[in-house]
Amino acid sequence: MNASPVISTSQLTRRFGTFVAVRDVNLRVERGTIFGLLGPNGSGKSTIIRMLCGLLPVSHGQATVLGEDVRLRPEAIKRRIGYMSQKFSLYSDLSSRENLEFYGRVYGLPPQRYREREEAVVAWTGIAPYIDRPAGNLSGGWKQRLALACALIHEPELVFLDEPTAGIDPVARRELWDLLFDLSHRGITLFVTTHYMDEAERCSHVGYIYLSRMVALGRPQELKNMPSVTPPGTRRWEMRAAEPLDLLARARRQPAVLDATLFGDTIHLLAEEQWTAERLQRELGSGDPTVLVRPIAPTLEDVFVTLTREQVQQGVA
Amino acid sequence: MRGFWAIFFKEFAHIRRSRSTLFFALAVPSLQLMIFGYAIEVTIRHIPMVVYDLDGRQESRRLIEALESAETFKVREQVQDQESFRRALTSGRAKVGLLIPADYSEKLLYGQQAAIQVLVDGSDSQVATTAQNTVVLLTSALSMQKARAFGEALQVAPARDPTGRLATIIDPRVRLLYNPNLESSHFFVPGLVAIILQLVLLFLTSFSIVRERELGTLEQIFVTPVGRGGLILGKLVPYSILALGELLLVLLIMVLVFGVSINGSIMLLIGLCSLFIVTVLGLGLLVSTLATTQVEGLQFAFLIMMPSILLSGFMFPRSEMPLPIYLATFCLPATYFIEILRGVILRGADLWDLWPQVLGLTACAAAILSFSIFRFRKQLD
Repeated sequence: MNASPVISTSQLTRRFGTFVAVRDVNLRVERGTIFGLLGPNGSGKSTIIRMLCGLLPVSHGQATVLGEDVRLRPEAIKRRIGYMSQKFSLYSDLSSRENLEFYGRVYGLPPQRYREREEAVVAWTGIAPYIDRPAGNLSGGWKQRLALACALIHEPELVFLDEPTAGIDPVARRELWDLLFDLSHRGITLFVTTHYMDEAERCSHVGYIYLSRMVALGRPQELKNMPSVTPPGTRRWEMRAAEPLDLLARARRQPAVLDATLFGDTIHLLAEEQWTAERLQRELGSGDPTVLVRPIAPTLEDVFVTLTREQVQQGVA
Repeated sequence: MRGFWAIFFKEFAHIRRSRSTLFFALAVPSLQLMIFGYAIEVTIRHIPMVVYDLDGRQESRRLIEALESAETFKVREQVQDQESFRRALTSGRAKVGLLIPADYSEKLLYGQQAAIQVLVDGSDSQVATTAQNTVVLLTSALSMQKARAFGEALQVAPARDPTGRLATIIDPRVRLLYNPNLESSHFFVPGLVAIILQLVLLFLTSFSIVRERELGTLEQIFVTPVGRGGLILGKLVPYSILALGELLLVLLIMVLVFGVSINGSIMLLIGLCSLFIVTVLGLGLLVSTLATTQVEGLQFAFLIMMPSILLSGFMFPRSEMPLPIYLATFCLPATYFIEILRGVILRGADLWDLWPQVLGLTACAAAILSFSIFRFRKQLD
């Protein structure tokens, strides 16, 4: 396959009046990968997708999608991409089939080809039992499957999914991700925004955007190994206790503990290297044998918490 | 033009699915035309009158009969005292008060000028003007009758008609063209056709686009290779087909229910109506580019509808308007269209008679369409 990236941007910027929604974003997405764009609400994720799809004019910088410049040939790009927006944006009063037919016609599929494609996407997403129901009556998970089916009717090479799992139940979320993995295996490139950390872990590459800037970019493992996440001379630990809040309070008072974050009924610590598991249990857990300590690798959440904190500190400085 | 058929079929699926669209496009206009066509009546008749007749003899009764016979007035009350007379007017039960003095018959008998007092409630200027004019007209006719009888008796005459009978000096022979019975429905119903057509079409088209903008489906369409032209025409053509159906329906009601016959060419009428439909579709598109939510769309649509109803000449004659407003009425497509409708339907006018209006409407259509198509971008922002 050709080595040129499916998406590449340099200094991509979008302003709304004086507000800069996206600032100098550089990214590369390779063919067949799942690129996850993470960031808090309002950080500019949807704006990036909208610029890449040709929905919003680019204020400054470059972006090429599938080898075409988004500023010069947006229509050439649109033929080859699929897009699933944040909101459910199919026609509620039309049936699932009518929605599929509409997109089939929009992409100008000849009737024979359309029938093949309809059969393929219906079988693949499993929406056959709901094919004649009005789309508005489907549950959240089925709506997303139908939206995905519509986005795939013309066999796009690249699919943008803007928060595809927002507001659907965990089972449907898992099933939708299974479909996305399947697509990726078929060589389709996926560009997904999310703010679920577990979804980010499933992506082959992630970018973290904070306050309109891309603050980290790479494979999840690369990001976890970033020196700023686990600086030299420190180690990460997980402590489990019956009263994690007390533990957290004690940990935060201890100067050798550089960082402590609550994760459910455990806390994640970043402590100086000379602190061992025994010492942590003795000093923070008051020697309580029910307090469990184990070394851990950083999660993506640790990465993003650290990076966000760094950005805030830099912003203040 | 890419994607035209996709949008076209989808739009028809929406129309078929949504009972309210069909109801608004076909049933509501018919009902509106029937209700408003009957309700708007400018010939003022049966103005309630209170009579305080102090004379009460033959001459005064003849006067009251003369006033009632024209159907302009209707005697509601005959009162016997000053207080009830005043009350009838202040309470609004009567709009006109007629006071006949006790010596009315005597004065007529002795050949003196007899005064009667007529009090008119001036709060409704149209009713008041009609009342005033009718009283003056009827009393002068009565006076003339008396004068003629007097002249016959004396064998003198200011003028005689061809049969040698005593007559007024000038004989005006007024012939009413186009609407001989002066029925206000003939004047109003064609205008109403224009207003209803514009109302329904403007709301349907602008809403069909703004709704998609609000729901996010328009954004989804923007990411597809659908062309701008295909999108706009795919949206507008189904509604123009619906509008033509609606037009035929209201014209049929106009002819069958109101008895307003189409004196001009029907083909010309349909052709010019299509021009107006295209113009209104452009207005709908314009609203959809200005509004991002349906509520905003509603406000913009009303902003266009109000002057179209009040200033287009539908309700009030444009020639009576102050100059700046009169000039502004030339920007309203409805202004030209109402004149075209009245011309073709009532006066049997042809294209040659109507060329200034047709030119004006064409200019409006071109300006509105090019501006709204220019504004309609296949992008957010």
